[in-house]
Amino acid sequence: MEKVVLYRRKLISKVMLFLSFIAAIYGLFWLFWILGTLFLNGFKHLNLSLFIEDPGPPGIEEGGLRHAFIGHAIITFIASVIGVPIGIFSGIYYSEYGRDSKFFKVLRNITDIMVSTPSIIMGAVMYALFVVPFKHFNALAGCLALGMLMVPVISKTTEEMLKLVPFTLREAAYALGAFKWQLIKDVVLRSAKIGILTGVLLGMARISGETAPLLFTAFNNHYLSFDVFKPMASLTVTIFDYAMSPYDFWHNQAWAASFCLTLFVLILSVVAKTLVHSNFDWVRIFKRKKDRGIRYGR
Amino acid sequence: MGKGFSYLIEIFTKYFLGFWAVFTGLLFPFVVFLILLYESKLAIQNFGIINFLTSTEWDPVRESFGALPMIVGTLISTLIAILLAAPISIGIAIFITELAPSWLKGIFTTTIELLAAIPSIIYGIWGFLVFAKYMREDIEPLLQKIFSPVPILSQLFSGNPTGIDVLTTSIVLSIMIIPFMSSVVKDAFNLVPSVMKESAYGLGATKWEVVKDVVIPYTASGIAGGLILSTGRALGETMAVTFLAGNVPQIPKSLLEPFTTITVALANQFTEADTPLYLSSLFYLSLFLFLISFGVLILAKLMILRIEKKWKK
Repeated sequence: MEKVVLYRRKLISKVMLFLSFIAAIYGLFWLFWILGTLFLNGFKHLNLSLFIEDPGPPGIEEGGLRHAFIGHAIITFIASVIGVPIGIFSGIYYSEYGRDSKFFKVLRNITDIMVSTPSIIMGAVMYALFVVPFKHFNALAGCLALGMLMVPVISKTTEEMLKLVPFTLREAAYALGAFKWQLIKDVVLRSAKIGILTGVLLGMARISGETAPLLFTAFNNHYLSFDVFKPMASLTVTIFDYAMSPYDFWHNQAWAASFCLTLFVLILSVVAKTLVHSNFDWVRIFKRKKDRGIRYGR
Repeated sequence: MGKGFSYLIEIFTKYFLGFWAVFTGLLFPFVVFLILLYESKLAIQNFGIINFLTSTEWDPVRESFGALPMIVGTLISTLIAILLAAPISIGIAIFITELAPSWLKGIFTTTIELLAAIPSIIYGIWGFLVFAKYMREDIEPLLQKIFSPVPILSQLFSGNPTGIDVLTTSIVLSIMIIPFMSSVVKDAFNLVPSVMKESAYGLGATKWEVVKDVVIPYTASGIAGGLILSTGRALGETMAVTFLAGNVPQIPKSLLEPFTTITVALANQFTEADTPLYLSSLFYLSLFLFLISFGVLILAKLMILRIEKKWKK
């Protein structure tokens, strides 16, 4: 009797663990299906004219998506220029000044919540702030929406990375008579460079895949444009419009664009993750000689 | 460089960084809230709160706006997605923490994280151009055939399978939230002190019994936090849902009917809003979305903080 119970318990254990194995396979199944179709369809329709030509008129099977690639790069770049410094500044404060303060603990948690706030809301806010007064869609509003989406992400990762810097390093700098700003500039930021870079890359990966905040800020443009006060095309909004269109040629271009976008985002996030896991100091290679060594009390 | 100058920089740095910290954590979220509130003033005056939330009519032509179809759509698709994703995510977390050999752990975790890195528009285009076809031609007719003799379930799967409906949307949503949920649950599982697991093994428990009776009860609030965190994600998901929901402002009577959510309504109608009241109603919708997701995420945060505190003791 006891043996039967034991076998039953062992059997249940085996079955449940097998089910969890199935769950893991289930997750992989979707990943490979999505990436598989994306790569097959995207690779098939990839050609040079996609990158160097502007789109033809609807329904005519010619042209490329140069305007969307360039627009996307411009929007992502400006958004990063807005979002990265603000995120790093607040992250430094949270870690170096506000670590033990109750007030900043609450602020840190609010920042954490803002990371997961629906991105379309940022689009709505920037629409009210920058599109309504200008009376037309403009790329700058889109950049601001994406930039502000980036801020909490960068802020959180910067804070986490600065927290990893050992306290003894800070104490050593204090013992040498360093000011706090010198300590932050020469010890904390320097040791956490890679970590901060990881955060920046992850933030860029996140915003370069965003569509919703751009739908009614940067809107879309059928032509190549460099004017940030006018509507500007982006890859994501173009994919949305093309996939919803009835033309097969546009579907194919949407697949090719999706392929490029996903490849870019995945490479960015994989690089970011490897950076943070590797102990290898990549930055040291690029560092100028005169930066080496820390001098205080100048 | 003089000492006085250094003091000056010291003070400047502190207040400069402090300003941006307050901006990020307090000012900006508050400004977002105020702008949404201000812009939706007109709609609040016209429809009130209760009326807006309970009216089912969304008719731009007659300027009558009720949010019930969107809110119900958002809640239903999120709920089904969570129900589909929860067992899978817990299974994945068990697989990573208890089953996988150590060389596989890192690789597998990264692979699942890739699912989270794929932009939501990609889920949208894949769902719209690939997955919806399979749903329409194979899976949905099959489900109808299976559940037709069952009284209540047959109702759920009634209607003409189109592939653009509640079921497809929820399945795609569930795939999108699996990485978030499984990562939180996995982190919680890793916090269980190995002494507790070892003592259970010492009493002769099987692996599953350790998971069921030690790991899961110990991490219950972490699991709940993961579920709620993913709820927050799913509520605000826009692009994939916009592709798959069909954008029909109705309360779906079966899982195979097209519907709409708050985010779908915003994505599709913001550029079309031609009257102040129409635009204001859309801002009102965004305000609700903001408040709901903020509330849900606070709840998740509290849950996760609780398990971290427990672990620190």
